[in-house]
Amino acid sequence: MLEWFNSLFRLLLGSVRDLAPIVLVIAFFELAVLQQSIPNLFSMIVGLLLVLLGLTLFIQGLEMGLFPLGESMAHAFARKGSLLWLLLFAFALGFGTTVAEPALIAIAEEASEVAAQANFIGKTAEAQESYAFGLRMTVAISVGAAIVIGVFRILKGWPVHYMIAGGYVIVVIMTAIAPRQIIGIAYDAGGVTTSTITVPLVTALGVGLASSIKGRNPMVDGFGLIAFASLTPMIFVMLYGILI
Amino acid sequence: MPGLDTFIEVSLDTLRDVFPIAAILMFFQFAVLRKPLANPRRLMVGFVYVFIGLVLFLIGLEQALFPIGRLMAAQFTDPAFVGAEPGIAVPWQDYYWVYAFAFAVGFGTTIAEPSLIAVAIKASELSGGAIGAWGLRIAVAIGVAVGITLGVFRIVVGAPIHYFIISGYVVVVVQTFFAPKLIVPLAYDSGGVTTSTVTVPLVAALGLGLAETIPGRSPLIDGFGLIAFASLFPIISVMAYAQLAEWRAARATENSKESPDEI
Repeated sequence: MLEWFNSLFRLLLGSVRDLAPIVLVIAFFELAVLQQSIPNLFSMIVGLLLVLLGLTLFIQGLEMGLFPLGESMAHAFARKGSLLWLLLFAFALGFGTTVAEPALIAIAEEASEVAAQANFIGKTAEAQESYAFGLRMTVAISVGAAIVIGVFRILKGWPVHYMIAGGYVIVVIMTAIAPRQIIGIAYDAGGVTTSTITVPLVTALGVGLASSIKGRNPMVDGFGLIAFASLTPMIFVMLYGILI
Repeated sequence: MPGLDTFIEVSLDTLRDVFPIAAILMFFQFAVLRKPLANPRRLMVGFVYVFIGLVLFLIGLEQALFPIGRLMAAQFTDPAFVGAEPGIAVPWQDYYWVYAFAFAVGFGTTIAEPSLIAVAIKASELSGGAIGAWGLRIAVAIGVAVGITLGVFRIVVGAPIHYFIISGYVVVVVQTFFAPKLIVPLAYDSGGVTTSTVTVPLVAALGLGLAETIPGRSPLIDGFGLIAFASLFPIISVMAYAQLAEWRAARATENSKESPDEI
């Protein structure tokens, strides 16, 4: 029990260090530059304590739950040796974690407004809704595809930089031909797809796979899945913009 | 004070986020792999920690950081603060506080980003400490800070986004050839990792506020795109961090060869 408290205390201290920069930034700009007092100081302190406690629990749970589970599943898939199931799992993980992502839903809605204002699609609510839904599905499928490609790469041991650099070349070419309104959204779609729970899981999956396959180095081959997940949405969304 | 209703609301939202992931994991674990898990109790407790931790984290952010952050973003981009007359464009230098704020917020939010902490823990574990968790996180945070500052500058001057992004990609591709091979995949990953729970809401508020203040910018077109900057520049800064570390190590061994007594 004492040990448990000790480790919790150490984690809490770590979280204090993690949060110190943003708190200092806000305090400095508010007090020294804008020269205002901090509104609702008490409620702010309560909120900060919640953030602190939440971050500490999250990190603790990460090491107890998400990392071990992701890695043990990766090992189990490697032992099972069924490529089809592994790739299905990869796709489901990418698609399933993205399709319900709140940031993505927000961006898709805003994008449908941009498109309606630019007379891309009809100005009816129905047309906007179907455009937003299509965009969401496009991004979710692209993330699923990204994890599949990334897992396949780990199995084959292909170097990641050729694939990513090739992907960027495609992004550059597509930027030239895609409608201008979709470009900002497409670039942002790459950034919003990777949520706080997806990242540790996907990282553990990649690292677990790379460490259970002979001849793969977890550092060189295990990372890179998230890079694919932020690259393919750009390509797919621009393609969506061209086709619609 | 956060009431019980906020707690329930955020819990339900988080549950809706976590549910598809949990369902997929359970389906593949129990229907496809059909292997008993080692230490299932510990795993369950870990998941409960992750869930409760995330809920408290989100409630706290929404209560303590986001309102004041958004308010400050609005104040810094307010025409009166910048000293703008209505309808007259202000020279880009006059936005200096906006740049400073963008840099500081980019740095601070990235250090607090939970998914970056996760990746940094894994990277330091796998590299046996060669890639320090703090070094990596600071490198990423500097990248985000520079990226957002540049993105804000772009909104102020109104240059097309793809010139910046494409030149950034060119730098990434060139750097890839010279950076230590071990860091490259991790650097690519850190681009996507940075932009989640903490960074996006504050950065988006800054971008939208700025696009509304500056005449001729559309919030819908120019407000977007800051996140793209925030995910591109960490790739550059992480590779630069590794290149710097390699260069310093090489210089250290050279020095120790020349004068073994002086260290």
